[in-house]
Amino acid sequence: MNAPAAPLSPYSSAIGKSNVETHTLSVLVDNEPGVLARVVGLFSGRGYNIESLTVAEVAHTEQLSRITIVTSGPPEAIEQIGHQLERLVPIHAVTDLTLRGNAVERELAMIKVAGTGASRDEALRLAEAFRARVIDTTIESFVFELTGAASKIDQFVELMRPIGLVEVSRTGIAAMSRGKDPI
Amino acid sequence: MAREMTGAEMVIAALKDQGVDVIFGYPGGAVLPIYDVLYDHQHAIHHVLVRHEQGAAHAAEGYARSSGRPGVMLVTSGPGATNSVTGLTDALMDSVPVVCITGQVPTHLIGSDAFQECDTVGITRHCTKHNYLVRSVDDLPRILHEAFYVARHGRPGPVVIDIPKDVQFARGSYFGPKNAEHKTYRPQLVGDPEKIEQAVSMMAAAKRPIFYTGGGVINAGPQASRLLRELVAATGFPITSTLMGLGAYPASGENWLGMLGMHGTFEANNAMHDCDLMIALGARFDDRITGRLDQFSPGSEKIHVDIDPSSINKNVKIDLGIVGDCTHVIGALLERWRARGCEADAGALKKWWAQIGKWRARKSLSYRRSDKVIKPQRAVERLYAATKGRDCYITTEVGQHQMWAAQHYHFEAPNRWITSGGLGTMGFGLPAAIGVQMAHPNALVVDIAGEGSILMNIQELSTAAQYRLPVKVFILNNEYLGMVRQWQELLHGGRYSQSYSAALPDFVKLAKAFGAHGISCSDPADLDAAIAEMIETPGTVLFDCRIDKTENCLPMIPSGKAHNEMILPDDADLEAEIDALGKALV
Repeated sequence: MNAPAAPLSPYSSAIGKSNVETHTLSVLVDNEPGVLARVVGLFSGRGYNIESLTVAEVAHTEQLSRITIVTSGPPEAIEQIGHQLERLVPIHAVTDLTLRGNAVERELAMIKVAGTGASRDEALRLAEAFRARVIDTTIESFVFELTGAASKIDQFVELMRPIGLVEVSRTGIAAMSRGKDPI
Repeated sequence: MAREMTGAEMVIAALKDQGVDVIFGYPGGAVLPIYDVLYDHQHAIHHVLVRHEQGAAHAAEGYARSSGRPGVMLVTSGPGATNSVTGLTDALMDSVPVVCITGQVPTHLIGSDAFQECDTVGITRHCTKHNYLVRSVDDLPRILHEAFYVARHGRPGPVVIDIPKDVQFARGSYFGPKNAEHKTYRPQLVGDPEKIEQAVSMMAAAKRPIFYTGGGVINAGPQASRLLRELVAATGFPITSTLMGLGAYPASGENWLGMLGMHGTFEANNAMHDCDLMIALGARFDDRITGRLDQFSPGSEKIHVDIDPSSINKNVKIDLGIVGDCTHVIGALLERWRARGCEADAGALKKWWAQIGKWRARKSLSYRRSDKVIKPQRAVERLYAATKGRDCYITTEVGQHQMWAAQHYHFEAPNRWITSGGLGTMGFGLPAAIGVQMAHPNALVVDIAGEGSILMNIQELSTAAQYRLPVKVFILNNEYLGMVRQWQELLHGGRYSQSYSAALPDFVKLAKAFGAHGISCSDPADLDAAIAEMIETPGTVLFDCRIDKTENCLPMIPSGKAHNEMILPDDADLEAEIDALGKALV
């Protein structure tokens, strides 16, 4: 999914090569069949980049889901992504949380680490420092659960690698604006 | 006021409630229940049996674009749906309201690779504005009415409703279209008043302004064209239009510069390049319009009015974007211009018009006349002369003939010019003409065609014959896929790879075989009489107009060039005009 940020159009060199930025978009959608396919298809069809995507129902009675997408590209492309998303009929609202600033972003990861002896102790010590919880254990392995900013999870995974990292499962980013108002 | 009925009956009831009196379609196993109900309602809903589902889609487009009402098509599952895809994509690109009802295999067979099953909503997701798979008859009335709402509102487009056969048989409660809006889809129609004020100020201050209008003005309805004419008259600004927008402002109007873009006029393109204020109304800065983007109108401020927010700042950086419907926004601009007592800068405008006059004097649409061979431009000119003042609609296929038609046929009113702009679909014109004729039974409908394009949907002659539709097919026959040949001449050193039509049919005999009248003409001296014969012959006519085989469509902005770098008809070396970068473009 991490294809290089695609240009806006074959002629986009004329728009100016601006810096690639990473933005988090919060998209409220009708929870109907095919809505995720529409969103994902829009990104692939127009050559936009998806770095992370999460989706789940957030209001059962209204049948609303929230899709949180982390995307990257020049600012013009990101503005265009927002508008293109808004064109989709089942989409209620698109908010660029990065543009608004001051959003909280969290991700959950499960990290499986195998090892015995000193490396096992080291894994536990580091997990404590990161406030990772042990959610499964055998004599020669742990599964840690860690919640936090994506960068924190990246860091933890890197530390586990030499100790005996087996595999990682990450949810992708969920995000919300700070303060009392809704997105 | 719910009424108990089957899903198939709901489809027909909804079509009636939506005021649909014509549908284009082709039956098949998965839509038989709907066709069975239709059997009892043939007087209320006139069904046109096309010969290929692509034809149904283009006919629905022709119907919609000439009447302003949504076009409706009814096709079966599997191949019925996939054959519709080109037409749906065409309607999406050109923002045409089309409602396409497809049959689907019964719900319990979906996903089993059943006979004539395909993932219709999956396949059409990218070529429709929206689509639905109806899983329960209880959802059907809402979806049917919602589909019409979505197709028509905002930027119009095609909507597919895929109805499994068991849902067509199932019974449920039907309700009418009252309150059948989509629960959240509410396009913004009225422009931001502050931005309107700002736009009016920019217009009053402009020294070299230009209106650049597109299909959005036509889609907004005839009132938008009326207001546009008033606004142009009130300001005295020059106006040009895209291919899709022709007719919104009359070609006979004093401020008309002709079409702009790749095959636009010298004056329109140069005025776009040199203007200091561009007012884009319902146009989308397509690559055929802008040419080389980094040299596109470098010194101008740009106002862009569009109902689709994603059109604004998509290809070109805009200084003032106004989201709204053209009728509302043009009306508001006009109202504020008058209320504030604005006047254009008369001195500056006079100079601007003097400069435009110099560009006009180049007569960029001129061509070398001949009394030996029919020049295609001449053929369109004579057709125009013969049909001028009549209740006439023109459709086209795609290629050189389309551009010659756009250049040399002059439109005075909106909805009279129906061509495939965005997708550039060869085979569009004949089925579209059938759709137009169904909407306007007494009008003269002419498909200006090429001999290549017409063969892509020639089977629809059979449809025209069945319903005795007097469509006239005016084929500019140069025995070449002309635009391909022209590009091969320009870009590939005259290596005419696969662009010669080596085994063309005898179009006169072909017409006869379909029960139509055939005319062939190759002598310029006979042209007027032959055109008169075409117009006066009742019924379908196929006119094989044998034209100059190697005429190029000029003027032209070569690929990768700017508006002020046009090739004019008197320029000699075409190939030298295009650099390596340009050759890589389409």
